[in-house]
Amino acid sequence: MLMTFPQMGNLEYLLADILERLDIDYMAPPRTTAKTMALGTKHAPEFSCLPLKLNIGNFIEAMDAGADTLLMAGGKGPCRFGYYAELEERVLRDAGYDFDMLTIEPPTLGIAKFLKPIKRVSGKSTRQIWRVLREGFPKARGFDHLEKMALERRCFELTIGDTTKALKQARSGLARAKTPKEVGDAIEAGVDIIDSVPHDADRPVIKVGLVGEFYIILEPFVNFDIEEWLGHRGVYVSRSVYVTDWIGPSTKNPVAGTSDSALIDLAAPYLGHFVGGEGTASVAHAILYAQEGFDGIVHMFPFTCMPDTIAKAVMPRVSRDYDFPMIHFTIDEQTGKAGVVTRLEAFLDLLVSKRRARQYA
Amino acid sequence: MRIGYPQALLYYKYFPLWETFFQRLGAEVVFSGPTNKQILSAGALEAENELCLPVKVFYGHLLSLADKVDTIFIPRFVSVEKSAYTCPKFLGLPDMARAADVELPPIIDPTINWKLGWRQYAKTVLELGKEFTGNRVKIAAAYQAGVKALQTYQERIRAGATPVDILEGKEPPRGAATLKIGLAGHPYNIYDRHTSMNLIKRLREMGAEVLTGEMLPFDVIEKEADTLPKQIFWTYEREVVGSVFHWSRNHSVDGIIYVLAFPCGPDSLIQTLMEHEMRREGSTVPMMSLVIDEHSAEAGFLTRIEAFVDMLVRKKKLNARVTH
Repeated sequence: MLMTFPQMGNLEYLLADILERLDIDYMAPPRTTAKTMALGTKHAPEFSCLPLKLNIGNFIEAMDAGADTLLMAGGKGPCRFGYYAELEERVLRDAGYDFDMLTIEPPTLGIAKFLKPIKRVSGKSTRQIWRVLREGFPKARGFDHLEKMALERRCFELTIGDTTKALKQARSGLARAKTPKEVGDAIEAGVDIIDSVPHDADRPVIKVGLVGEFYIILEPFVNFDIEEWLGHRGVYVSRSVYVTDWIGPSTKNPVAGTSDSALIDLAAPYLGHFVGGEGTASVAHAILYAQEGFDGIVHMFPFTCMPDTIAKAVMPRVSRDYDFPMIHFTIDEQTGKAGVVTRLEAFLDLLVSKRRARQYA
Repeated sequence: MRIGYPQALLYYKYFPLWETFFQRLGAEVVFSGPTNKQILSAGALEAENELCLPVKVFYGHLLSLADKVDTIFIPRFVSVEKSAYTCPKFLGLPDMARAADVELPPIIDPTINWKLGWRQYAKTVLELGKEFTGNRVKIAAAYQAGVKALQTYQERIRAGATPVDILEGKEPPRGAATLKIGLAGHPYNIYDRHTSMNLIKRLREMGAEVLTGEMLPFDVIEKEADTLPKQIFWTYEREVVGSVFHWSRNHSVDGIIYVLAFPCGPDSLIQTLMEHEMRREGSTVPMMSLVIDEHSAEAGFLTRIEAFVDMLVRKKKLNARVTH
């Protein structure tokens, strides 16, 4: 058995670590490229959302390289994501692949249901699995914290590219850590590495919040590495979604620093009910960034995404009420980098002139 | 009080219930009327670009009611059964309406969520009724009358009348049809005469009897849909899948036309799901998918329907020759 999983931002580090601890053979699919996109769009339903298409592309590339067991998350709706695994299995069988599909349903649908597939492939007991998750999760959170730190520091670096290099070094140190002590040390060392990048913390920066659907936000291939692009232009970037917040069992979202209930309350005047996916979170984080004095937000989500399309439809009200600039990007396989970059440049110009106008007023 | 009721989305499923309910409570119900070109273009212009066709149509109906009524009824349908949701668009519908760039009268938006059980539902109905009267008995009676009206409506549909027939006050055509066609899809797509380009009427003119999912008993649909390894968590998509499986597995129709709107989220998945299952089961019932949006042109649409019907007729003749 050789297990594989979809690529999404730094999810690879988390899964690799947990699978290693469970003694399961695995291979990460090649990082998502234009080829992945071509394979995915060829087989996936026409107006399904981009993450589904790329999952399928990742799986095909991994199976072509020898993987035979596909790890995927389940769900209970109303976002389409909950039915992804079912669809992907059918699409890939229709494409002629033979494999074992391992769908992990969220623990909220029953702990037994959540553990059963993991027990089946690993042969481990509930207790052992629990221990692996308890030890693996802080490490995953460590990756997120390093990423967050790099994200917030990049705009202050003196030499463009230093922060990205430091993050890479910090990550590889953490990837090698195993025991809780090693993990703790590696995180500290990583923080020091990023901290030691020469920077000018007093430099005036434009502050932009990044909100939207988690896959698009987390996967640099589909968002055209917007974090780095903005950071290298001296823009302070804050992100609302992190991998461990997204899969984490708590509702506190420790990395991004807000709780789900606070988000629901914030969004309530504009979106009175959850709509699945990140609908509520996108609206709430937009408000949060406005309240925290950011200059604007960038909202990104896949074309045809139901929850974030609803969020986009209600966000003009937020923008008006808070006098807060927003730009929305709907991403699909046709989206070109040049178009996104041009619009982003115009948006940044607008933010700069808006801030100047406020200073002179 | 004049209550505006947009003639879009779940209107086709539940209107007799709420119409009767509000009338019994002394309100006047004003419908926005069938979709027309003006409503569609106004809706497509006002709505968020990436929303699906039926929600754009809904915006159009909303705009046409805006200055004619005292309040607009936009229920928030979260769930109509314990184990499933409706589409996310219904969960956020009142919020999207409020965000529309137009002066709207106050919106009545009860949250209908059967996941919370019947007690909560009863409370919701009572709260809704309190906008009109403090008399709980009167509210309960009005709701009962509404349920009865809905049942009568549903029975007429099960007997073979489409909501379009009922709205036009006509009986469905009787007599021998050369073909039976199962018309699958959301009620707001297949019963909207404008966006479906009068599909039901056209099929009948071609000599076909048109069957829809609403004509099947719910337990049949549920049983067929639940043969899937993982239950579909959207009620209305489950109904579409259940009816298609029923027609396909029982050979009760000669062909199936599945109408889906661009870019419907749930439909994008169940289309592939149904095609896969039918292929796997070796179904011999042909199915054609038709995607509609605000740019759909009649000529292309008609050509495909005609070709499909011609093929079904030929297939039927061929089969008849083989068996004799």
